[in-house]
Amino acid sequence: MPPEPRLPEVERGTEVFAVDPLTVRVHFEVDYIHSLKQDTPFFHGLARRKLLGSHCAKCGYKFATPRVQCMYCGGPTQWFELPLVGRVHSWTVCYFAAQEFLKEVPFTLVLVEFDGVDTLFLSRLVGVERPEVRIGLKIKAKFRRKATWSVRDIYFVRAD
Amino acid sequence: MRPVYVIAGGITKFAKAHADKDFRLMVKEALDYALGDLGGKLTVAEIDGSVISYFSDHFTYQLKAGAMVQDFVGLCPKPHVRIEGGGATGGLCFQQAWESVASGRYEVAAAMGFETMSHVETAKGNEFIALASDTNFDFPVGGYYNGYYAMMVVRHMHEFGTTEEQLARIAVKNHNNACHNPYAQEHLALTLEDVLRSEYIAWPLKRHDICVMSDGAAVCILASEKAAKKFCANPIRIAGIGAGSDCMRFADRPHGPVPLLPHEKKSDYSSNLKYPGVHSFRAGRMAAMAAYKMAGIDHPLEDLDIIELHDAYSSSELQTYEDLGLCKYGGGGRFIEEGHSTLQGELPVNPSGGLLACGHPVGATGLMQAVTTLWQLQHSIPKHFGNDRLQVKQAKRGLIHSHAGTGTYVTVTILERP
Repeated sequence: MPPEPRLPEVERGTEVFAVDPLTVRVHFEVDYIHSLKQDTPFFHGLARRKLLGSHCAKCGYKFATPRVQCMYCGGPTQWFELPLVGRVHSWTVCYFAAQEFLKEVPFTLVLVEFDGVDTLFLSRLVGVERPEVRIGLKIKAKFRRKATWSVRDIYFVRAD
Repeated sequence: MRPVYVIAGGITKFAKAHADKDFRLMVKEALDYALGDLGGKLTVAEIDGSVISYFSDHFTYQLKAGAMVQDFVGLCPKPHVRIEGGGATGGLCFQQAWESVASGRYEVAAAMGFETMSHVETAKGNEFIALASDTNFDFPVGGYYNGYYAMMVVRHMHEFGTTEEQLARIAVKNHNNACHNPYAQEHLALTLEDVLRSEYIAWPLKRHDICVMSDGAAVCILASEKAAKKFCANPIRIAGIGAGSDCMRFADRPHGPVPLLPHEKKSDYSSNLKYPGVHSFRAGRMAAMAAYKMAGIDHPLEDLDIIELHDAYSSSELQTYEDLGLCKYGGGGRFIEEGHSTLQGELPVNPSGGLLACGHPVGATGLMQAVTTLWQLQHSIPKHFGNDRLQVKQAKRGLIHSHAGTGTYVTVTILERP
């Protein structure tokens, strides 16, 4: 006679935080195959030590953070090179962070403004702590030697 | 669009974690409370449809949670839709429910919102919320909401001279109000010293300048005039609806002129003021403009009696005073210093304690504001809170304000006692 059908027993038990109410560990993990699509040239630019923004030829608007379509006139934008010096438009020092970045605290975030460009660029300011960090501080871009192919390939330091 | 009324509400006390109630049970309890408030005259059978709101599918393993709520509370086979809009999820839910009745589609609609944030640690929670910012440009540099709001207030301080102490006064006001609100998560009678000495999270925001993550649910029942008269002795009318939006990335916001409210003049603002930049919320101003127009409000400070606004950060409350036109842009710091928004002031803001002290279970928050404002305008706060400390006397017109992202969506709704 064939054996009765059965589910196999598990080798590893469930991790239990509490029995009442019953509280157990449930694990979830994802790896994405993430394409940067139309923004790809920006990331190639970083690897070539260039900071690219988007310029709308029709209305003249210059975006410091890429968007391939102009949100004012609806037409396509062109890539242009941003200057590699700018000023702090605003800043903060993060003493806590999202889990992924907790090991990097404290770190300084800045919104960078550039001459002749209408909008701003969010980045890290390295080597400047409170109380030196201030609005108007002149800063310059630096690029990682080894590209990570992310916006983390650029960061800023004091320009003077 | 025909008139719509709010006839009842219920809130499940916001808490760091509800150990024994899942999201479905929290919503059911809030719904049962609302139906109980109507003395059993309205039952689930008379609800024509619902709008269900929760923000994040990341906080719990379960997707399509709205559908699970609908069946658990006994509303199947009626229609429902899930609304999501970041921090404004509750406010958007309320407005969607308004639309469903105003259009004639439903006679009675249930707006039900919840969030369970206790299934993950705080830093992970912050990470999930941060994924609601640009994940290619902002999140990867360590951007997250405490950081974004900090950068916005740093600019506000630069433009207008706003101080850390002014922010702290707001935290003190809201936390002390909440001591009399049994539904609030926190009951801390904080002093100015307590707030100013709390640890920095992202400069200049300190621990007590920031709301906490919570588990909670809230429900509002909305009805047509005919249904409101049938089921409720003191329905409150929805008099104004407005909403607005702005760029997801705050770096992209324009630098232009201020869109003026009817009581403002162009000469109120220097031509050097570049608006909204990162210091103010254009979405909030647009939402206020539309809601005030619909409700016939020309002087918000005089015309409104009570406000529940989205103070995820003490700085957001200060900035929102300005977006709502309670004072000019730049005047928010003085507004709190002069005491206008305290319980004793001419226009109490966040008498419930706001998000700072009640907590911010994202999908429920905007509805919690609607429920407490309903009770304020019905003059039934003493009945529901067990004390009358927070009842704004003779309140006739209230405003609720729900806000998402870095000011990416904002809803403003005006409620009025007929």
